[in-house]
Order: sequence, then C-alpha cells, then structure tokens
Amino acid sequence: MLIRKPTDILPSEITPESLYRQRRRFLQGGLALGATLLAGGLLAPAARAARALEAVKNAAFSAQEDLTPYQDVTSYNNFYEFGTRKDDPAKHAHTLRTEPWSLTIEGEVAKPGTYTLEDILKPHALEERIYRLRCVEGWSMVIPWVGFPLADLLQRFEPTSRARYVEFVTLRDPEQMPGLRWPVLDWPYVEGLRMDEALHPLTLLAVGLYGKALPNQNGAPIRLVVPWKYGFKSIKSIVTIRFREDQPTSSWMAAAPREYGFYSNVNPEVDHPRWSQRRERRIGEIRKRDTLMFNGYGEQVAQLYQGMDLRKHF
Amino acid sequence: MTRSLKPALFLVCLLPLAWWFWLGFQQQLGANPIEFITHGTGDWTLRLLLLTLLMTPLKRGFGWAWPLRVRRMLGLFAFFYATLHLFTYLWLDQFFDWGEIGRDILERPFITLGMTGYVLLLPLALTSTKAMMKRLGRNWKKLHHLVYLVATLGVLHFWWLVKADVREPLLYAALLGILLLARLYWARLTTRAGASSFRGA
Repeated sequence: MLIRKPTDILPSEITPESLYRQRRRFLQGGLALGATLLAGGLLAPAARAARALEAVKNAAFSAQEDLTPYQDVTSYNNFYEFGTRKDDPAKHAHTLRTEPWSLTIEGEVAKPGTYTLEDILKPHALEERIYRLRCVEGWSMVIPWVGFPLADLLQRFEPTSRARYVEFVTLRDPEQMPGLRWPVLDWPYVEGLRMDEALHPLTLLAVGLYGKALPNQNGAPIRLVVPWKYGFKSIKSIVTIRFREDQPTSSWMAAAPREYGFYSNVNPEVDHPRWSQRRERRIGEIRKRDTLMFNGYGEQVAQLYQGMDLRKHF
Repeated sequence: MTRSLKPALFLVCLLPLAWWFWLGFQQQLGANPIEFITHGTGDWTLRLLLLTLLMTPLKRGFGWAWPLRVRRMLGLFAFFYATLHLFTYLWLDQFFDWGEIGRDILERPFITLGMTGYVLLLPLALTSTKAMMKRLGRNWKKLHHLVYLVATLGVLHFWWLVKADVREPLLYAALLGILLLARLYWARLTTRAGASSFRGA
C-alpha cells in the first residue's frame, strides 16, 4: 500500500475547490445527461464527451508532473478497432455507442452475470489520479484519469479461490468498429492480469479523464489503467471481465509471442526486439528522457515480482 | 512542354516538404511532430524510389522519351528525402547520441536495413552527374543497378517497423514486385530475341 505522509502533498497538487466542490456520483451525471436528452438534445458524441464528472483528487496516487495537454491525450491514440494510425481513433471512434453499455462478469466468481454500466458504477466513488502512461512504442504521457480501483469492483463479485488471473475483453462489433474489417489482431482485443496485479491499489478502472467522461477514442465508457505496464495492457471499452485459473493469452502475445509477454511491465533493461526501451519521448517534449523501471512505480509494485526473472517473464 | 516538364516536376517534388513547413507553422504536426516528420520523409523516400523505378517501364511500354529525362531528378529527390529522414532520426530523434544510434544499428534489424539502404544510395547520388557517367562508362550502369537493392531494403525497413498492420508496406512491396518483374520479363524477351543491346535500369 502506498500511504504518503500528509507533508508529501503539495498545495499545487490539490485540485482547485471550484472544480470539485462536492462529491457527486457518476450516476447523477448520467441523470443530468438523461434530462438533457429528454429536453430534446441528441445523443451526440460531443455532448457525451463534454459531460463533467465529479471526482475527488487522490493526491497520494498522483504524479507531480506536467500534464499532457487534453488535445494530445485525445488525438494521439492506439485503438486498432478504429484504425492503426494514431489519428484514426479520434476520427472514427464517434461510431462507438457507449449507451447502453453492459459488462459481463464470468468465470471463477460467486456472482457472475451481465450488469448495466450504471449497476457496475453505482457503489463506487470516483477519484482523480494523475498517472504516467508509457507506450511500448517509446512515447509517454501524463494523464489525469477519473475512475476507481479495480480491486473494489472485483471484490464485489466475490472471486472464488480458484481465480488466479483476470481476463478483460474489448467490445467486438464490426458495425461500430471499422478497424475490425481487417485481421490486424485476432479480435476481440484481450488482456489479462495476475490476481495480485489486478487487486493492486494502483490498478484503476477509468471512466473519464481531465474531469470529463472518457472520449470514445480513449476507451469509453470504461477502461483499465495499469500505470506500471506498457500502454497496451490498459485495455479499452471493456465488455467482459473473466476470472480464470489459468493465465490468459493477450492479443499481443498471440500476435507476436517473441515481442510481447504476459507481464509487459515497463522495463528499460529489456528491449523490445524492434525498439529500445531505455528511453522515451514525453509527448510535448523534444528530447527523450530515461525510462524508469516499472514506469517509476517500482516502490509500489516491485514486490509483486520478487524472485521472478523479468527477462524471462517480460 | 518538355522544356517546362523538369522545372514543374522539381516544384512538385518539393511539395511534401512545403506541406510540412506549412503544417509546422500552423502547429498541425500532431502530438508527436518528430514521429510525423520521420514517417513523412520515409514515405516520400519510398514513393520517389518507386517512381524512379517506374520510368524505364514507362519508356519501354509506351515508347515515351520523357521518363528517362526526369529519372535522375526523381532519384535525387528520393535521396533528398532519405537524407531528411536520416537526419530527422540522427538529430531530432536521437540528438546525435552515437552510443544509442550504434546500438540501434546493431540490434534493431529495421534500422540496420534502413542504414544499409542509405549507405548504398549514397554512391548513386554522388555518381549522378554527367561527368561521373562518362568516367565510369559501362560500370555506371552496373553500379546503378544497386537501386533495386536499395528499394528492396527500403520496403523491408518499413515492413519490419510496423507492429501488426502490414497493409501499407505490403502495398509498397507489391508495387516494387511489379516493377522488378517487368524488368525480368523484358530481360527474358531480349535474351530470347537474341538482341543483347538492351539493358533496363
């Protein structure tokens, strides 16, 4: 657990009162939107993207670094379901219908079922966390996510003692996702975490960024954020969470097993066969900076991998 | 018409560069401008290499004279964009960190291929003058057959760079394949006809 002393919290880290004056639940945001719709508004993506979320800043889980501009965070994306160029998702993801949305919880769990997004989100208070995001391609961002710990959600559905891994699946709908027409990957997109990684307090389920609902290109309406792993582990637009006894095979492992392992922890010592991982370019900066072990979250997560050969388990 | 062809083509070949400057002034190079320029200069190197290789088949197929007159310019523009591509990498991407660059060349196959391609393209650009053609005589043509290898290395360089979506490099590979097969076809025809005077380039 990461618990910082109060003295660690700088005044600059505390979100201005005007922005987050009171806690309000995501559901209320949804109700407000519903009212807008009833008032004659259309279900325009722009309207949804602009929906503000109430979240309390979690200073203990916030990097003290300059934020990557909203424009860059929402226009430079890897979301192959909408095309493989960086600007494709922002151009094409407007076809994704995020309402209604449901999530299926299945596998080694006491309370399996298909739940509406509202039911999934209801009990959870949203918080804002500023995380570094390091892409395997050698660039990085600093993003203020809005979400809640994945652990809180997983425990609600009571995984059985046989649940050792969690598998996540992205929506696969060729009608909404033009990128699925070409088998770039074996769709649907699949990712996985070991149970202790999934339950780690840093692991976040995000529903927003920059205080607003997630834009579609960033994985609306709900996505994973695992800040000590390469970006592709942070799966977008999740429709299934499956508890498993055996280790899931992620889409990238299946596509190129020599290049992508199950763990995919940020590790400057282990190069991707096609590019170095020693350094990275922070979006908005010119010169590269050194990449940190576990993307700088080693203090919190290194103990998860004690005794493991991280060259072998890359 | 022929007289204005070369200056017109010269300006057209500068359009990509002008476009990037325009985008740069408008702050429209995207979230990762260095990557944008790296990819753009790489794309245009490949396109111009393939265009260069298209000139001989155009001449053969249609009997036109102009393709061979602009071939050198296209080849030199391929070299120009390749040079911009290389310097974007050396300067903006690596800031002349020679240790890192050396490791890249040794350990990353796509960079090894790209560097080899550039090194092989260099003598072609240097010997592109009329004086060098005269000096090298018959060897000039032999030397410039290297362009087939350079184009192949360029396509492979692109292919090995992409993560999963090989559609674009596949397109370049297919075009290159057609251009090379056309030469093979004509070479066979000429051999069969017993005429040894023709050699495509």
